[in-house]
Amino acid sequence: MTNALSRLFWALALPVVLLLVWWFASAGSQNFFFPPLAAILSTFRDTWISSKIVDDVLPSLARLLFGYVAAAVIGIVLGIPIGLSPRLRAYVEPVLEFLRAIPPPVLVPVLILFAGIGTSMKVLVIISGCIWPILLNTIEGVRGLDEELANITRSYRFTSRGRLLHFVLPGASPLIFAGLRQALSIGIILMVISEMFAASNGIGFTIIQFQRSFAIPEMWSGIILLSLVGFVLSVLLGLLERRVLHWYFGLRAAQRGNS
Amino acid sequence: MQETVNLATRAASERKPLLRVDKLKKIYEGRTRTVEALRDLTFTVGDGELVCIVGPSGAGKTTLLKCLSGLLSPTSGQILLQDRPISGPPEAMALVFQEYGRSLFPWMTVEANVELPLKQKGMQRDKRRKIVSEALENVGLGHVGGSYPWQLSGGMQQRVAIARAVAYQPKVLVMDEPFAAVDAQTRADLEDLIRTLWHRLGVTVLFVTHDIDEAVYLGERVLALSSSPTIIMDDVTIDLPDERSQIETRSLPRFAELRRHLHEQIQRAKSTTG
Repeated sequence: MTNALSRLFWALALPVVLLLVWWFASAGSQNFFFPPLAAILSTFRDTWISSKIVDDVLPSLARLLFGYVAAAVIGIVLGIPIGLSPRLRAYVEPVLEFLRAIPPPVLVPVLILFAGIGTSMKVLVIISGCIWPILLNTIEGVRGLDEELANITRSYRFTSRGRLLHFVLPGASPLIFAGLRQALSIGIILMVISEMFAASNGIGFTIIQFQRSFAIPEMWSGIILLSLVGFVLSVLLGLLERRVLHWYFGLRAAQRGNS
Repeated sequence: MQETVNLATRAASERKPLLRVDKLKKIYEGRTRTVEALRDLTFTVGDGELVCIVGPSGAGKTTLLKCLSGLLSPTSGQILLQDRPISGPPEAMALVFQEYGRSLFPWMTVEANVELPLKQKGMQRDKRRKIVSEALENVGLGHVGGSYPWQLSGGMQQRVAIARAVAYQPKVLVMDEPFAAVDAQTRADLEDLIRTLWHRLGVTVLFVTHDIDEAVYLGERVLALSSSPTIIMDDVTIDLPDERSQIETRSLPRFAELRRHLHEQIQRAKSTTG
């Protein structure tokens, strides 16, 4: 218990110090572009605890969630056969490396041509960025599966379904999660960027609106909101990861203990 | 020498043959060179026999096992299990590998590891549960079903792998140097466990090892392999009392004789090909 408390203390110590520094350093600020933190925080409440939650925050989050989950599904579903087949891998890997090198934001103008400026364009932008780390990590995870364990599934005559569910997926899951983690931060960036080009709502759209209308404290409050969203989503993913990969953390701790 | 051969013939003829290996040959075709791993192996394992296969390292033991278990197809010759040629992994066979750390699924509990092959067979849940707990009891691990493999010691993990093989209810239990990676005391315990399980379950056991002492202590019969390209150097019946104990059996004069005989065979195998 005291252990948990002290860990909580150390986790919170630095953020609290940074906030205090910001608070006092900006306290009497007359600079138009760097308003006092106190002003930003009071604006935060008025700005975001309002109809903006439904009108801007939720649409942004929904697009992010949809694009992210779609990228995860596509990435894992494509990654498994590519990882399992050396032939297929040799065939598609150069193309994947090329496609992955395209920065997703440059796709926004292209996607606007195809998908318009609505929700589908924004979701596509998020998918196009999130899919790569998930796909490539899934391929790597499946490729690195233990040959001995594969022999076990063969000699005990596992069905293909059994092999997939009880061997391939769990065996690749540590790397799949590494991909999901990278994809999440990319997804949040793309969520904002896709809303900055052409949009009528969303967190990114709102921040740009504030900036253009010189509502500077409001703009800062939007940036704080974004970082909070990113933080909360990453914590949620971490909880999921701890649940799904608890065996992996245990295994690694056991291996470290032995060596 | 003459005497042991006669004994071997007798022992083999007493039991109905379960596994026949006939002129087995395996050549690996590489891009730059071809390697003849198995030259010509012919032997029979009777139903319910405990046969040890011993050979120097690099004797193609693993290749032989891969062929036996249907994971690798031979270049020529054939393997018959219950009079049917082996083309893929047979249902009547269960394997225990050397590296316990790489043979259990770390994402599953011990129980789930033992149960999964039965589930894949399509066995009913109630029956599965019963067999799993019996198998774990049989290897002395009735209490750790809910643990994960990495929470157990090496010897215990290998027991789990044995329990999984036993629960699969095979006709033949094939073991590939299963105790090479555990400490001496654990190893002795596991050897006795194999003898006990073999007696209790009446399963046929094919036990591969590089350790001559282990082969003589465990087996009813020992096949000595040459170095690669492999042939069978000798087929020795182990005429030690059926009741074996680590201290007494190992100090019998006959144990020393058999051990010495096999040592000479293996030395000869090394000098002729190596």
